Amino acid sequence: MIHTRNLPFVTTLGIFVIAYALCILQFPNMLSTRVIGNLLTDNAFLGIAAVGMTFVILSGGIDLSIGSVIAFTSVFVAVMVGSLGVHPLVAFVAVLVISTLFGSLMGAMIRYLGIPPFVVTLAGMFLARGAAYLISTQSVPISHEMIDTIQSFYFRIPGGGRLTALAMLMLLVFIIGAFVAGRTRFGANVYAIGGSEQSAELMGVPVGPTTIGIYALSGFLSGLSGIAYTLYTSSGYSLATVGVELDAIAAVVIGGTLLTGGVGLVAGTFVGILIQGLIQTYIVFDGTLSSWWTKIVIGILLFIFIVLQRGIIWYSNRRLAEGRLKEV
Amino acid sequence: MSDSYSLLEARGIGKAFLGITALDGVDFSLERGEIHALLGENGAGKSTLIKILTGVYSRDRGTMHLDGSDVTPASVAEAQALGIGTVYQEVNLLENLTVAENLFLGRQPHRFGLIDRREMRQRSKTLLARYGLDIDVDALLSSYSVAIRQIVAIARAVDLSGKVLVLDEPTASLDSHEVEMLFSVLRRLREEGLGIIIITHFLNQVYAIADRVTVLRNGRLVGTRKLSELPQLDLISMMLGRELQHITREHQAQDETVAATAEAPIRFAGYGKRGSVAPFDLDIRPGEVVGIAGLLGSGRTETAFLLFGIDRADSGTATIDGQPVSLTSPEAAIVNGFGFCPEERKTDGIIGDFSVADNIALALQARQGWAKPISSREKQALAESFIKSLDIRPPDAERPIKFLSGGNQQKAILARWLATEPRLLILDEPTRGIDIGAHAEILKMIERLCSEGMSLVVISSELEELTAVAHRVIVLSDRRHVAELSGEALTADNIMQAIATSARTEAA
Repeated sequence: MIHTRNLPFVTTLGIFVIAYALCILQFPNMLSTRVIGNLLTDNAFLGIAAVGMTFVILSGGIDLSIGSVIAFTSVFVAVMVGSLGVHPLVAFVAVLVISTLFGSLMGAMIRYLGIPPFVVTLAGMFLARGAAYLISTQSVPISHEMIDTIQSFYFRIPGGGRLTALAMLMLLVFIIGAFVAGRTRFGANVYAIGGSEQSAELMGVPVGPTTIGIYALSGFLSGLSGIAYTLYTSSGYSLATVGVELDAIAAVVIGGTLLTGGVGLVAGTFVGILIQGLIQTYIVFDGTLSSWWTKIVIGILLFIFIVLQRGIIWYSNRRLAEGRLKEV
Repeated sequence: MSDSYSLLEARGIGKAFLGITALDGVDFSLERGEIHALLGENGAGKSTLIKILTGVYSRDRGTMHLDGSDVTPASVAEAQALGIGTVYQEVNLLENLTVAENLFLGRQPHRFGLIDRREMRQRSKTLLARYGLDIDVDALLSSYSVAIRQIVAIARAVDLSGKVLVLDEPTASLDSHEVEMLFSVLRRLREEGLGIIIITHFLNQVYAIADRVTVLRNGRLVGTRKLSELPQLDLISMMLGRELQHITREHQAQDETVAATAEAPIRFAGYGKRGSVAPFDLDIRPGEVVGIAGLLGSGRTETAFLLFGIDRADSGTATIDGQPVSLTSPEAAIVNGFGFCPEERKTDGIIGDFSVADNIALALQARQGWAKPISSREKQALAESFIKSLDIRPPDAERPIKFLSGGNQQKAILARWLATEPRLLILDEPTRGIDIGAHAEILKMIERLCSEGMSLVVISSELEELTAVAHRVIVLSDRRHVAELSGEALTADNIMQAIATSARTEAA
């Protein structure tokens, strides 16, 4: 029997499988490892950021700064490597430290100043975007031996597909993320806070450190996502990735995570990313549709999922109420 | 020597919030293998004491010893580590997690750095088996009944701390079978030498399970007694107090004139709601004050909620002037000329950031319908007139109401309803948490309103206040109307007697 808790995830998975099957019926070529490989590569940076967003939303919060942090990271890395000649690894480490600290700072403000995550990360969004403009308003190209090596590295998979370094990085982040969420104390604490911060605190969960950890993780993964984006586009541009945080939220919610927190799976977010990628791929195959159809379909899916989540909550409440009536 | 120590010994505990004393020099002791009930009305200081013992609040004064050594838990986690575990009534466990996850949150068994789910499942099963539970520990907690959740919470708390178990109103939403299930668990834990503190307002349950009782009233200790040596009537008078026994009743003469008006215009017949209040009959005449007495949880507030349409009655009828009416919402009640000042003034009564004038105009606006707004000049005039007639201070209609004292807030809420010129005004604990001067003024106002022909229903845990102000008092016990007292029979002693009698038959 499927548990109510996993119903949204199973639904998402079902929708993905059905949608993919329909796509294949229309364009048999879509059933190829090449398409899948490209889909993973094209959405790698979004997927990495969405893992961080999953943790944030599971805890009942939100992080609006992701897109800006990605832009900041890419400009920062591009300027350091492209203009200043710093070794990419040094730039990567530096930018990951900055984005992690930035996330922890937001987490600390949320927890200790009691400011809603929406407001704090909104401020963080402007701050990071502004910092990106400050570094450069131009699109900064980047080329370095090591970056070229990473970009051209891939495993050939049967059927002609390529599993690129970026795709592998995203898969690795998803696997580690799933383990952290499901099999560590930190993950259990995230779910607990998302269920009820007050109860979690009374049960002895270290709410402060965990909240800071959640936003630090989201900051770190935004930085990593920014690095992936830089590698993907071979440049840094401060106007890039506007609204990526919303795509990430969409992936998380379509993946079955409750926006109110406490319920959801990292694996669900992966399926959410796949669905977004699938729609884009379909539009490319069709050739006549405007790419903005992606947004329309995502919008419709979001509506369906939010209604579905409401329905599940309503249903389980009613079942509980019935149970209680029987007890009286 | 070590045997002479109590398990938990608190002395002279004091705590104030923003200058308002919540606890004043309270002593409390708990022995090993004892179930100790903590009783008191709302605001008596029970939860404050519990929160100090369990590390939620820090105490201002006093000492606390556990097993003879001085302790000052600064957090729930610290209290747990010391051996004091708590099960709260509402904020309990996490419904979005499984039973096993709830039991082992924060102390999950590990294997190769990752949580060992199989081990966790095994240990959960073993743990719950000790409590006679054989359930699927991988199912969500929310899929189980309140009683089972309660036992899971107890299992967690005992497993975690193991010396003192604090239960805050554990039986509030359980049926009698579940209460028995819970009590057998508690008895077993008592035999194992645990000290258990239980907060409840069901007196028969106190007698059924507890060894000793400590009663608090207005932040002070009334006393600690052995229940085997404490008649129920004495316990009730400890809880309700009887300091103002000799109050002269000025409206004695008026009683007869009220009684003379034979036909009551507002009648409730067989009115009730399953699980809230048993069906009751209530007639209310103009110029009459009907008091409602009973212990906390006896159905006082629930009765008010029914009368005002906040809860929907599922039996009985309400008639006004011979016409049947359906009070399915507060809006409907307001249209029928009812008003209601709730018990929780801060959360249910005032809108803190609104001005005094806006707060006063609210009910009148609701009655007129939102399509016809009250102009700011009308609002101002309305507020000015009530500020003058009720002597609300400071006399500033534009001040946000949260900056007024409790007594003045209460007056403003009264003004809100008086502005609608209600025929029936329901007051739930109108004098709680306000100073003595304002207290007397509000009682005077109640008398004046009823002499002007308004009907009032007054709910209060201050029995002297009720006997002084009401013409008739309905006594509630265990969500049932058990007695009605009027005239000569209306005394605080008789009210207590009525509560005690019904509780005794209940227990038998």
